[in-house]
Amino acid sequence: MNNSMFKRFCIGLLAWVIAFVIFFPIFWMVLTGFKTETAAIADPSLIFSPTLDSYIEVQQRADYFKFAWNSVVISFGSTILALLIAIPAAYSMAFLPTRRTKGTLLWMLSTKMLPPVGVLVPIYLLFRDTGLLDTKLGLVIVYTLMNLPIVVWMLYTFFKDLPRDILEAGRMDGASTLQEVVYLLLPLTLPGIASTGLLSVILSWNEAFWSLNLTSSQAAPLTAYIASFSSPEGLFWAKLSAASTMAIAPILVFGWLTQKQMVRGLTFGAVK
Amino acid sequence: MNKPRTAGRTVGGLRPLALQGPAVTLLFLWMIVPLAMTIWFSLQRYNLLMPGMTGFAGLENYQYLFTDPALWTAMLNTLLLVGWVLVITVVGGTLLAVLFQQEFFGRGIARVLVISPFFVMPTVSALVWKNLMMHPANGVLAWVASLFGAEPVDWFSSLPMTSIVIIVAWQWLPFALLILLTAMQSLDEDQVEAARMDGAGPLSVFFFITLPHLKRAISVVIMIEMIFLLTVFAEIFVTTSGGPGLATTNLAYLIYIRALLDFDVGMASAGGVVAIVLANIVAIFLVRMVAKNLED
Repeated sequence: MNNSMFKRFCIGLLAWVIAFVIFFPIFWMVLTGFKTETAAIADPSLIFSPTLDSYIEVQQRADYFKFAWNSVVISFGSTILALLIAIPAAYSMAFLPTRRTKGTLLWMLSTKMLPPVGVLVPIYLLFRDTGLLDTKLGLVIVYTLMNLPIVVWMLYTFFKDLPRDILEAGRMDGASTLQEVVYLLLPLTLPGIASTGLLSVILSWNEAFWSLNLTSSQAAPLTAYIASFSSPEGLFWAKLSAASTMAIAPILVFGWLTQKQMVRGLTFGAVK
Repeated sequence: MNKPRTAGRTVGGLRPLALQGPAVTLLFLWMIVPLAMTIWFSLQRYNLLMPGMTGFAGLENYQYLFTDPALWTAMLNTLLLVGWVLVITVVGGTLLAVLFQQEFFGRGIARVLVISPFFVMPTVSALVWKNLMMHPANGVLAWVASLFGAEPVDWFSSLPMTSIVIIVAWQWLPFALLILLTAMQSLDEDQVEAARMDGAGPLSVFFFITLPHLKRAISVVIMIEMIFLLTVFAEIFVTTSGGPGLATTNLAYLIYIRALLDFDVGMASAGGVVAIVLANIVAIFLVRMVAKNLED
């Protein structure tokens, strides 16, 4: 018995050491944000007098809330739009499958493999000519389309798990397709829809290719806000850390709360 | 698989069309319009800095591109980056999944800590690694090296590709772990117990029971990671800007340089077409894999 206790202790110790090492960069970043600039580049130390100076200075340099607001509008806007388009599609794929359904699903996923760089130039020029460059609407459109395949896939997985009898019964009672979706399907698969939405929000929030290339000042989200610190000015580590902490805090907490939910959808039901 | 539809269902024969229409149409346009434009531009002489020089170029852009040594370097770098990160995250993720499946004190919290990097935006993780961790003078790694009396490594100039691989793997290892850990939950404990009774050691249990059980989850991890890793951009943009020289320039970054820094739309588009072809070659394998997963 003692032997197995010891083994368990060793396993726990090893797991905690690994967890700490992997989490360390994030921990260190948060810590550095509360240091003075001199302390930030001094030899690593856990003992220092914490200060909010960096946060205040960062805020004076660029309005965090403007960028954060852009991030919120863009990621939630594109997620809602993607859900609105994807729910009917996933519904019909799950409950009215045809011979082409599987092919359509695979094709949708394959559009995800089209590398964004491959089509950067035409999208950039299209956006320039239509005035969508550096607008929130422009990024909402791009992210909606970017996440649509994954959203349809995940919803399809969740919908397919729903016992058909329930919808069948609704139809017997004379429910129309719309009523069926609104009163039966949506409430029953709400957890699945929520987790799909969450993943879409996270992917949009962290997306950096389109946001760096298609925005400059007006619609720039937090990814662009942070990238601006990569210039030589970025040597002010405390400020950089403060800004980084603010940029990831909302989505990190979001992720912590929803990780269990998300996995099921992400794996397309292949992992039970 | 496909159950014959009941009579009631066929009445709505047009319904799938109407319901899937918006999604399919939008995705189709999103795919085909830029693709057609990319191909068209790639056949044009089109440099934003030389407005006078326009017209049909034929395959000239491709000729330049394929004789440009940068292209081959970039393709090789792309494959190296994808390959190494996949190996590290899949092997590491599997081992960690086994470890974090064991019961130990504070497991829930430890798990949350380990998967956190997945939620950090690439620009932030690149900046944190570049400055706080890997800085040759003040970085934590340099400090650790000095503790052991070793010479600190100037990561981005002496080991540029390794540095990028480390950063990207740090972001994706938690993702692999997250998926594989979930798959572990459905591992049949009785089967493991029975194998133990029959005298199987932990290694045989791992190779003959755990690993086969994780096969599908691993293929899902590889597929999703591949989609994102082929187009790694922010990590390079923020840290090395593709350098030193071309050491960390992948296809995504090369096209970005040509398009937005050299303003050579024709050449950038030709690069885009190459990137799309490369992605499609990879995709063919992946789609087959997913198709298999869809079977049951």
